[in-house]
Amino acid sequence: MRNRKRTGWRRYINGINISAFFVVLFVGLPLYWLIASSFKTPANLGNSPPQYFPNPISLGNYTDAFKNNDFGQYFINSLIVTLIATALVLVLGTMAGYALGRLPMKGKFTLMVTLLIISVFPAIAVIAPLYLLLRNLGWLNTYQGLIIPYTAFNLPFAIWILRNYMLGIPKEMEETGRIDGAGPFRTLWTIILPMALPGIFTAGIFCFTACWTEFLMALTFMSANNRRTIPVGIAEFGTVFTVPYGTIFAASVVAVVPIGILVFIFRKFVISGLTSGAVKG
Amino acid sequence: MEKINKVYENGFHAVHDMSLDIADGEFMVLVGPSGCGKTTALRMVAGLEDITSGILRIGGKEVNDETPKERDIAMVFQNYALYPHMTVAQNIGFALKLRKLPKPELDAKVKEAADILGLTDWLDRKPGQLSGGQRQRVAMGRAIVRQPSVFLMDEPLSNLDAKLRVQMRAEVARIQRHLNVSTIYVTHDQIEAMTMGDRVTVMRDGRLQQVDTPQHLYDHPDNIFVAAFIGSPAMNLYDAVVGENVRSVKLGSQEIDLPEAVVLKRPALRGYAGKDVVVGLRPEHLPAESDGATGPKLVGEVDLVEALGSELVVHFTIDANRVLAEGAVDKDEAAAVKKGEGVARVAAKTPVKPGDRLTFAVSIEDMQFFDTQTGLAIRG
Repeated sequence: MRNRKRTGWRRYINGINISAFFVVLFVGLPLYWLIASSFKTPANLGNSPPQYFPNPISLGNYTDAFKNNDFGQYFINSLIVTLIATALVLVLGTMAGYALGRLPMKGKFTLMVTLLIISVFPAIAVIAPLYLLLRNLGWLNTYQGLIIPYTAFNLPFAIWILRNYMLGIPKEMEETGRIDGAGPFRTLWTIILPMALPGIFTAGIFCFTACWTEFLMALTFMSANNRRTIPVGIAEFGTVFTVPYGTIFAASVVAVVPIGILVFIFRKFVISGLTSGAVKG
Repeated sequence: MEKINKVYENGFHAVHDMSLDIADGEFMVLVGPSGCGKTTALRMVAGLEDITSGILRIGGKEVNDETPKERDIAMVFQNYALYPHMTVAQNIGFALKLRKLPKPELDAKVKEAADILGLTDWLDRKPGQLSGGQRQRVAMGRAIVRQPSVFLMDEPLSNLDAKLRVQMRAEVARIQRHLNVSTIYVTHDQIEAMTMGDRVTVMRDGRLQQVDTPQHLYDHPDNIFVAAFIGSPAMNLYDAVVGENVRSVKLGSQEIDLPEAVVLKRPALRGYAGKDVVVGLRPEHLPAESDGATGPKLVGEVDLVEALGSELVVHFTIDANRVLAEGAVDKDEAAAVKKGEGVARVAAKTPVKPGDRLTFAVSIEDMQFFDTQTGLAIRG
């Protein structure tokens, strides 16, 4: 009986697949619930027993989020802050990663360790002094007030990822470029950059996600309603007395969609970024 | 190259006082075991490594402080170093693009290089879509198209399988002859060195051992290392004692007569009367007496007979001490060699099997003699 090969759907029943199934269920069910509930009418939201599929399907929550709760503004704020911070991180991180990975320089190791320490630093420890600093600069409730700290906090991690990718590029590539007559910037742009693209995408995805979902600094530095980002905005929905679950769900779905799309498109890089960085020194 | 030295920051002296003259259009091979400094020397010529001391001249001009681009050299690396995101045509034309060559001229040159290498059908492919041999040719194309003063090649064929390597050896040599560009070719494979080079430079531990034409290197090695390194199967080297009257040499318990003619050719041998020397005999200089060869006799106990079809490779033992030149044979091979073991190449039809005692007719004129202390050939 044990030696007979399973056929048909029974082939797929093994330990790994079963575990994977439960993991997917664990992660997927809340997500499904979120999306399904966002389309329910407020009346049906709290049903007991709960409605497993919205009926009727209503867009009321979505209109409520955008019309009555300025969600559109929050979305734009998040987009601006996240995109600019990510762009800055990638540009600076690529150059720093290249320098640390390739160019002859003293004290590289010390720098790398320092970066590592910064990257695991809990933001909450510096939030108070940072607030005072930004207040003195007059940067509270401004875009740069979030962009700069986001860049600073995400740069170390990006540099680590990009440096490791740079190290993986064979030295002969640059040497050939040198012999052909390319200077360092030309080499970086024409030869290294295209080859480091996986690393850049990986760092970009991580940075985008981190900035998009960041709560603490956004809450602290942006108190004005027209400057709030999505995480803070959603948290502020409703009043002391009512929690508009439907609106919250709808807003959350809209918040999750861009990340979901990006991660799906670049899933190859997310996986390799999580694993390759761990193996290389 | 004039007394070129390379000392690394950690104190490692990679290349010692290397002086070498390469003529226009010459194909010079640098050969030696791993770590002998040949690649370091090549990279110094390229400008990828700083020269610690000594003078490097290309075309008579001192180039020590010039960048690789200014030296007008082209290099082919062991792993080709092709830009994976560019097509074959773009790879080949990259250097020309950097020099801002007008597009029609650039395209013409790329096409010309592609024609020479048989790559015309592949110009739009990316390296990832090519086979090893094709990639190697693209790497060469990149070098050729620049029309440099010097080609530098760092073991370009090592990554190819054996059959392809033999094919590409001939290709590379043919292209070099056609273009008549001075070439420095680094390899650890002495067969490549022998078949491709106009002249061959044997290196060991950062020092030049001998520079000569392949045949001359084979027939007249200057020291034990060169003798053991060049030639496959390797030369048989034994400890021996020269007779008091220099008319014989004793290998273990066997005495081999030395005709007057042999001693006349090596006058310095007279100074070794009664002294220890190292004697070298190539496998093909030990034909079996039963095949009709004539010469002083040497008897060996046969351990193994390998039938190649064209000849028999006979592994035998005599009671003399086998000398192994350090670094000429790799460690695994060295461990496998037993005391007194030797290799002979005899005619395919020779009746011999393991366990036999086979008499060789030593080709005495081809016997090599080396000083035991210095390792240098005894000639005079």
